[in-house]
Amino acid sequence: MTQASTTMSKEQCFEQLLLGKSVKSEGWLEQIREDALEHAQAMNFPSARHDDWRFTDLSSLFLHDFHPIITFARLTRAEIEKFVIPGAIRLVFADGCYSAELSDLTQAGSGVTVASLAERLGDQKVAANFGRHAPYRQDSFVALNTNFFEDGAWIHVTEEVTAPVHLLHVATKREAPSAIYPRCLVVMESTGRATVVEDYVGLDDGIYLSNAVTEVVLKEHAQLQHVRVQREAKNAFHIGHCSVESGRNSDYSATSIALGARVSRHTLHVTQQGEGAEIHLNGLALIAGRQIADTHTLINHGTPRGKSVQLHKCIADGSAHAIFSGKIIVNEGAVGTDSTQSSRNLLLSDKARIDTQPQLEIFNDDVSCKHGATVGQIDADALFFLRSRGLTEERARNLLTHAFAAEIIARILVPSLVESLSKTILERMGGER
Amino acid sequence: MINKGSKILLEVKNLRAEVAGVEILKGVNLTVCAGEVHAIMGINGSGKSTFSKVLAGHPDYAVTGGTATFEGKDLFALAPEARARAGLFLAFQYPVEIPGVSNSALLRLAYNTLQTERGLEELDPLEFEDLVQEKIKVVEMDPSFLSRSVNEGFSGGEKKRNEILQMAVLAPRLAILDETDSGLDIDALRIVAKGVNSLLSPGNAVVMVTHYQRLLNYIVPDYVHVMDGGRIVRTGGKELALELEARGYDWLRVAA
Repeated sequence: MTQASTTMSKEQCFEQLLLGKSVKSEGWLEQIREDALEHAQAMNFPSARHDDWRFTDLSSLFLHDFHPIITFARLTRAEIEKFVIPGAIRLVFADGCYSAELSDLTQAGSGVTVASLAERLGDQKVAANFGRHAPYRQDSFVALNTNFFEDGAWIHVTEEVTAPVHLLHVATKREAPSAIYPRCLVVMESTGRATVVEDYVGLDDGIYLSNAVTEVVLKEHAQLQHVRVQREAKNAFHIGHCSVESGRNSDYSATSIALGARVSRHTLHVTQQGEGAEIHLNGLALIAGRQIADTHTLINHGTPRGKSVQLHKCIADGSAHAIFSGKIIVNEGAVGTDSTQSSRNLLLSDKARIDTQPQLEIFNDDVSCKHGATVGQIDADALFFLRSRGLTEERARNLLTHAFAAEIIARILVPSLVESLSKTILERMGGER
Repeated sequence: MINKGSKILLEVKNLRAEVAGVEILKGVNLTVCAGEVHAIMGINGSGKSTFSKVLAGHPDYAVTGGTATFEGKDLFALAPEARARAGLFLAFQYPVEIPGVSNSALLRLAYNTLQTERGLEELDPLEFEDLVQEKIKVVEMDPSFLSRSVNEGFSGGEKKRNEILQMAVLAPRLAILDETDSGLDIDALRIVAKGVNSLLSPGNAVVMVTHYQRLLNYIVPDYVHVMDGGRIVRTGGKELALELEARGYDWLRVAA
């Protein structure tokens, strides 16, 4: 493992990222890249005084000198085998670079385009949507990604697509700390229905920063199951941003799972742009050791009769720190909004910490909004019951923890992924206490 | 059934125990031999439920004196799971709901844990399915309960039957039923009793903790013990239960 330089400061770390490899594009994208770089140069990492970042300790990130990736690695099929979802349309990215030979588009029928973003810059739909939703002028991580991303996924859905679309972002083994910039753009047309799985994995214990940005647009009546699995390497840093715009009577369901990385942050902004849109957000962070996992969500109800249902769970063991901030804004015009938010948390050790912050901002009277948060420990009666049936204390604790997590995992409608995540969770627990 | 010369399963001597610093058991003596059915009766607060929890190893209860040996082993030196693996089973007075863990998964996990302990092969899901389908008939439970989360949304009677199903699958040497009859209607009581009776053999034993004589019409005890003030104050045959039913407990109370 590479030693962290002790002389790095927050500013130097950011400067180093700004010195990344410049990626040239044609026409419209080059303008966006330049605009993003200009904005990035005027910014820094978010300050701990910033309300959205005050619980998130990024100091361990600043210790490292992240280098751009100059030569991309070639992955082998064997290296990704355990992550493969049978029957899926698969795009594989190695450190942010598209790997055509490991991708599998054989399941992609007529109703869907799944391709490398860099190869489809001439597509008018790409030009019309890319960079229009994720706030690169306000958010320094989004700005860095928008300037430095090498390639990404382009998913355009015009019909019902039964095969899940699996975007496998692999961080490969590197000698020095590296910065990688996964990118994704999803446009769901009015008759489109699909499942998209964003999957972030690391192949070894190296230090790297995965700074990912995803933009999603749902036209009216479109339906998207959006699964996000963050299982980066244990010394990695993962900062992800996803912006979603949901049209009239559309249905956006997200299930986000955070298991890996030393420090991770997932920001999800969903804007209800059309009347009657439904938004379902499920989240799970399961961490141990000295991990930090932060989830910030914002649901912005902007039009009438929207519905949002959110369930977020954090499980923290060891001296891990989980953060959940869930803001729901109901604007003046969003009459008849029906919103429910629940934050449920499980502390597995005395040193673990969970901060949960549900926030409602309501600007009209004709709404139904409920929210609640609980933080608890493993139920002592359940633990004794399982032990009295012969299970060791450790086994019983793992079973109860897994059961708590399973409620979220089960909402992923991709059976092989549910199975592999369940297995990962059962294996991981009891490891880093 | 009492057999002269059958071996001692459980021997409790002068057991004292407390919960949250309050002494509840103040010197309990009890000997249970293979093949026997014992009933422990008493009013609320007499210590009978505490006694069953202490034997199973509930962490809220601290043993402050006395001994308990189970088939020659020092029971109090064993963790709750080790007691279960040694063949002790507690049917809970208030069965616990465990959302997210299916009944069949728990049964198989517990069964295979005990198989391993006994040096026997674990059963795979298909083999186990055959076993559990046999056992579920004993408690007249709908097989759909197997795929549901443990006790979640079960009625009181269904929860108690589920405890007996666990007992049937795990086949313990000594089963302690902690007020398994409380809250049961007559049909559920009959089913639970049938389940318990079908498991009785010359090699194992049952201790029923109960408030009422009613259960003893269905599971006939060899011994009836009356507990009061943290001690067993009277031991008799099954006729003692009938006498209690007729006369109440007051005539036996030590420190009224």
